[in-house]
Amino acid sequence: MGDQLSALTTVFTEFYYWVTVVIMFLIHVGFCMYEVGASRRRNHLHTLMKNTMLIPLVTITFFFFGWWIYWAFPNGPLITGPLLTEAAAPNAPISETMGTNLSDRITGVFWAAFLLFSWTAASIVSGSVIERIRSGAFWIIAVMIGSVTWIIDAAWGWHPNGWMVQLLGYHDAYASGVIHAIAGGTALGVLVVLGPRLGRFRADGTAREFVPHNPWLVTIGLFLIYTGFWGFYAACNVPIISPETIGGQITGTTWTATTIYLTPTTLGAITVNFLMSLSGGLMVGYLVSKGNPFWTYSGGLAGIITASAGNDLYHPVQAMVIGGVGTFIAYKMHYWVENRFKVDDAVGAVAVHGYAGFAGLVIAGFMLWGYPSSPFEGYAAVNPLGNTIGAIIMFFVLGFIPAWIVSKILDGFGLLRVPRQVELMGLDFRTLHEEEQARQDVREAEKALA
Amino acid sequence: MTTWAVDLANVGAVYPWVGLELIMVLVGVALWILWHIVQIRQENAELDEDTRLYGNKEAIRKALDDHPV
Repeated sequence: MGDQLSALTTVFTEFYYWVTVVIMFLIHVGFCMYEVGASRRRNHLHTLMKNTMLIPLVTITFFFFGWWIYWAFPNGPLITGPLLTEAAAPNAPISETMGTNLSDRITGVFWAAFLLFSWTAASIVSGSVIERIRSGAFWIIAVMIGSVTWIIDAAWGWHPNGWMVQLLGYHDAYASGVIHAIAGGTALGVLVVLGPRLGRFRADGTAREFVPHNPWLVTIGLFLIYTGFWGFYAACNVPIISPETIGGQITGTTWTATTIYLTPTTLGAITVNFLMSLSGGLMVGYLVSKGNPFWTYSGGLAGIITASAGNDLYHPVQAMVIGGVGTFIAYKMHYWVENRFKVDDAVGAVAVHGYAGFAGLVIAGFMLWGYPSSPFEGYAAVNPLGNTIGAIIMFFVLGFIPAWIVSKILDGFGLLRVPRQVELMGLDFRTLHEEEQARQDVREAEKALA
Repeated sequence: MTTWAVDLANVGAVYPWVGLELIMVLVGVALWILWHIVQIRQENAELDEDTRLYGNKEAIRKALDDHPV
């Protein structure tokens, strides 16, 4: 912190990201409430603990290797250059800047902002696999997406110098692909191997509806996810930076907010577009589901997710319409895949995050066709082909395929799914049984005292 | 650190055991892997026991009646 202006900028930026981390914590609270509300009573505790324990596991592994990957992998490696070991060194777990360090006050806050994205990616998968996956298997998959695959995609497509940005003109400002499409693809990869919950499909192949046991918990959970999403959006921005610091083609001395690509945007733009895409999603979600609360709320989320790739630049009406289009696609795709392939996605995560995120990337490629993807010279401009290839990389290459492989391995060792009897009894059977015994014990004791 | 009577501009890492980061990280990684091993063993044992003790048709039907949704 040399002069007062740079000290103030550092302190402001540090506090800005710190606040986003606190707000983003609500995403996880929301996911936990949503999942528990959607599960049946005999699976509550298992559902809650499955999602809760990804927090420490993704956190420590993101410290051990996830954060380093982001800084080391922007070139592929070997696509546009080598492994960036020098750039990654200050972010390695053995670096002195990762501990309490009076000459570096901000690395830890950046780390935490990215970590909260990691939790979100893993938590998206968590909801879709409830009521039959083993906790231990899920936590291995959570570490895979939270500390390996999503952060590789971030290095490739969500870093100012990522090879996808350079060569494809990939543009995904608020993570339609780098968080949502990959998480949806990962969930689908696991679900294909895991199989549906017992009783989910009738003998003739039609689906039975597993009604959420507590719609209030589900909807409040989704409200909290919306709330946390504000922090997510803010965290995707650089709040204030000078053209000189960017070092690209921007001229003049006007400081600006930027996306993670260091392309200019404003906090006002993303605030309005967030709300307009939420609104478009809610309106279409309500209509297409004929007022179903679950799909209306999920539609709001799908709306934001679809527009997120380009919400740094869209007009508000564009954000609203794109949000609505994405919600329609997500809803229709969910039921088509469910009926065609018998995929049991308990919370619609593949649709809301995966299909909507995928669609959002493709749409952004068309809408922002010709826009510069970067302030630096020589980068490809945003284009439909680049963003579509990007969507395929996010959903299939880094999402579906690794999840399918890891799930197959876990399944091969008999570690993926709980035994059939336990699934029928309920995953909380032991706890509920012990609790009932404890109550019985107290009742007997009290009767003896009467 | 033994004193704060310093110019903070010249101070870097202040946590205990500066220089032993690699060892600390290796210990952390080992504890993480160990946690997974222990957890999976515990889960396997619990699921096996539940299946053995309560996995009969009658117990499952009772559980479904007690906690239907």
